[in-house]
Amino acid sequence: MKTKIVIAAMLVASSAFAQSVIINSPGRKPLVAIRNATIVPVTSAAIPNGTIVFDHGVITAVGANVAIPANATVIDGTGLFVYPGLIDSGSHVGLEEISAVPGTVDTAELGDINPNARAEIAVNPHSNVIPVTRVNGITTVVTEPEGGIISGSSAMIQLAGWTPQEMTLKAPLAMHIHFPRLRTNSFDEVPQDEEAAKEATKNYTKQIDKLRDVFKDAQAYAKATAARTNHPDIKRNDRDVILEALVPVVEGREPVVMHANLERDIRAALKFADEFKLKVILADAEDVARVIPELKSRNIPVILGPILSLPPREDDPYDLVFTNAKTLNDAGIPFAIQSQDAHNARNLPYQAAACAAFGLPKDVALRSVTIAPAQIFGLADKIGSLETGKLANIIMTDGDPLEIVTHVRRLFIGGEEITLDTNQTLLWEKFKARP
Amino acid sequence: MKRLKEVVGCRLSVGADQTSRFNSNSNYKPITDNRQPLLALAFILIATVASAQDIVIRDATILTVSHGRIEHGSILVHGGKIAAVGTNAQVTAPAGAQVIDAAGKFVMPGIIDTHSHTAVEGSVNEISLPNTGMVRIRDVLNNEDIDVYRQLAGGTTTALVLHGSANPIGGQSQIVKWKWGHPVSEWPIADAPRTIKFALGENPKSSNFRPPPGIPAQYPQTRMGVEEVIRQSFIDAKDYTARWDEYEARKKRGENPIPPRHDILMETMVDILKGKIDVHSHCYRADEIMMLLNVSDEQGFKIRELQHVLEGYKVAKEIAAHGVGGGTFIDWWGFKAEAYDAIPYNVALMTKAGVLTSVNSDSAELARHLNQDAAKAMKYGGLSEEEALKLCTLNGARQLRLDHRLGSIDVGKDADIVIWTGHPFSTYSRVETTLVDGEILFDRQHDLAMRKAMAKEKADRLKKEADDEAKNKKPGRPGKSDDETKPEVTDEN
Repeated sequence: MKTKIVIAAMLVASSAFAQSVIINSPGRKPLVAIRNATIVPVTSAAIPNGTIVFDHGVITAVGANVAIPANATVIDGTGLFVYPGLIDSGSHVGLEEISAVPGTVDTAELGDINPNARAEIAVNPHSNVIPVTRVNGITTVVTEPEGGIISGSSAMIQLAGWTPQEMTLKAPLAMHIHFPRLRTNSFDEVPQDEEAAKEATKNYTKQIDKLRDVFKDAQAYAKATAARTNHPDIKRNDRDVILEALVPVVEGREPVVMHANLERDIRAALKFADEFKLKVILADAEDVARVIPELKSRNIPVILGPILSLPPREDDPYDLVFTNAKTLNDAGIPFAIQSQDAHNARNLPYQAAACAAFGLPKDVALRSVTIAPAQIFGLADKIGSLETGKLANIIMTDGDPLEIVTHVRRLFIGGEEITLDTNQTLLWEKFKARP
Repeated sequence: MKRLKEVVGCRLSVGADQTSRFNSNSNYKPITDNRQPLLALAFILIATVASAQDIVIRDATILTVSHGRIEHGSILVHGGKIAAVGTNAQVTAPAGAQVIDAAGKFVMPGIIDTHSHTAVEGSVNEISLPNTGMVRIRDVLNNEDIDVYRQLAGGTTTALVLHGSANPIGGQSQIVKWKWGHPVSEWPIADAPRTIKFALGENPKSSNFRPPPGIPAQYPQTRMGVEEVIRQSFIDAKDYTARWDEYEARKKRGENPIPPRHDILMETMVDILKGKIDVHSHCYRADEIMMLLNVSDEQGFKIRELQHVLEGYKVAKEIAAHGVGGGTFIDWWGFKAEAYDAIPYNVALMTKAGVLTSVNSDSAELARHLNQDAAKAMKYGGLSEEEALKLCTLNGARQLRLDHRLGSIDVGKDADIVIWTGHPFSTYSRVETTLVDGEILFDRQHDLAMRKAMAKEKADRLKKEADDEAKNKKPGRPGKSDDETKPEVTDEN
């Protein structure tokens, strides 16, 4: 306690933008067994009075009758629940410290076409946002650039680690395209006069053309690169890092997260993706209920959120954004949920619950922040559930992690026990003790 | 739509065009039709003769906020007020009352949002001067703002609607009920205090935006300047009063003085000094909170509520000693430098220091789930359920000085009532029904039933427009291709 207060004092005294002084467990990945807990593996039925064992950062056993290795550190989980760490499918965690202070924000590069921008390069492992996010049970996030049209590639990062490299599970994870919208300065984006309409359409067309040109160049670049691989005698050309970043995208090896919200934009984005045969994950998509057959026929998964946001149009049902998850689930379309935020990423579990308040089964809501994002991003062998062989991203709670009043009691990321202290708890301790 | 009879002596009198928006639906049992004339005081008595607007909510778990929880409880609503509350056995439904079966459901008082900008037509900032205390929100309220209905669907029934925070003194706020479907003249709560918005810190000193080219930066640009604007305004107000006092004195002496110039800004400042207008001040950092407390001591005015007050926990005992309330975001932080030390434990720390604390929204979205923000005060800092419930109900009512009629389920209070599918602190709960002044202004089942009718109406109107256009052979309305029901993608392939 005393150390905490000292650290808090240092933290506050040093500067308004002090970096986190929270220390992670120093690289130890011990052999641990949690027993007598209700274990919720997500991919199989809950195990009352179960045991989970992990070692060297990986889960080695889960079940009702699991032998506890003699040299394991045993944690009694009586009355507690064990869940896999939650996953945020889209955030700016690590990239944004104080939104209004540009020096602390690394989300949007200049210009429209930045496929070479890579989120993991700018992740600050010591951001105060990271501990604040993980104490609500979020162990892993997609952190992504925004801005322009091709914003750059995202990374799946663990919310613990001393360097961005230690944190990164997969990068580049996906290319993020904020698909051009027909923008005007008018109310509801509907141009109010013919001149404005023309201008808006012209700009919109220009943006789409620009995007198409880049993708055509990338296709040609990919072809040339492949040709040279097989025929070394072909004359070399200078490398182009922008096009190079798009090669795995046009070759269908790296998915594109298409950010498109309204029906018109989603349809345009899908058409574009068809033309270039892109592997698409649709994101944001508040109008998703209007394009169900199109998504179904193309096998496109969806990332919804933030769920706690107002419907886009005045005459939309008040619960439009809350019910999209149920609509997708009923149609059998895979989906996950994102915060699309940095500071509010900690509220991800309650965003998932809001879908359950409007008809989504509770277990599917839990999946939307665990196994579903793992599957959508091709990491289901590593994260998203409590299964042997997966990373030990584990939270111990006193209840359902999707309920606000639940507390995370212990937290393991990649098998390391992580402190539940944050700059916020330190300030709390400090001012609780103010004479 | 039927014309309603005049309700004598009752605040709820409504005219032909003012009936509940639900009355247009024939499937829905109207509750405002056939209102019986009431004597002025009749509504505070337990009704012996049922009138059509009587509502009995049956068999709910009632979170009264003021006196604990009632399992299998009932509430009788009569004349817009809560006429009885107790166990099922204690509350008798008058013959003809509309009975809402709330078995398995939870009932709480309407949520009070002490920081809203919803229903403000146009900009919330009269940005031209450092002190624009003369302008009034009540002049720009728009009762067609759909966010009002959406907030009713989240259980919010009362709001303090404020100006923005672009200047140290922004303008006079308005306390309203979200009386969706009623004319805007019925929205202000008649006996509510007058209120005014002050603002400190980054916003009034224009930290995070620059004026467009050609427009000079506006004073103040520092927290020093913000203090000066507020202090000078009160000094001016006292001089203004002195001029009028002198004028009156000279008149009394039989002289024929020239009267001072009337100044509605100065009259506003004078009314603050006289305690006729409550000050609600936007603030973040502890130092600026101390600044305002000191200026209020020095100039002799009272601050009713510190708004946002994200660093209130750092000076909670000073705030408590001044008897000032605090309305805050539970967990928003980091959006600007002055919000970087915001902690979700602020509410608990201020509450425990004796500050009258509420959670409020500043957002049309957040205003739809202030119940969840209240729940977070249990998570962060360990307030009890009852303390947490007060954060979005009774404490706000006290900050607005309306707790004699709002904020709890008690006999005689306004029937602003929310029925939930489960405990309002569960993230899995949603609102089923919201009553304002005893009238159902949101009902989920009704909303669902209305959707088909609305979709048909929209389709019919679009078709008619298209038909008319074809008939007149006029060029299409610009932007017609934007209609989301018939998307057209501009694509030159």
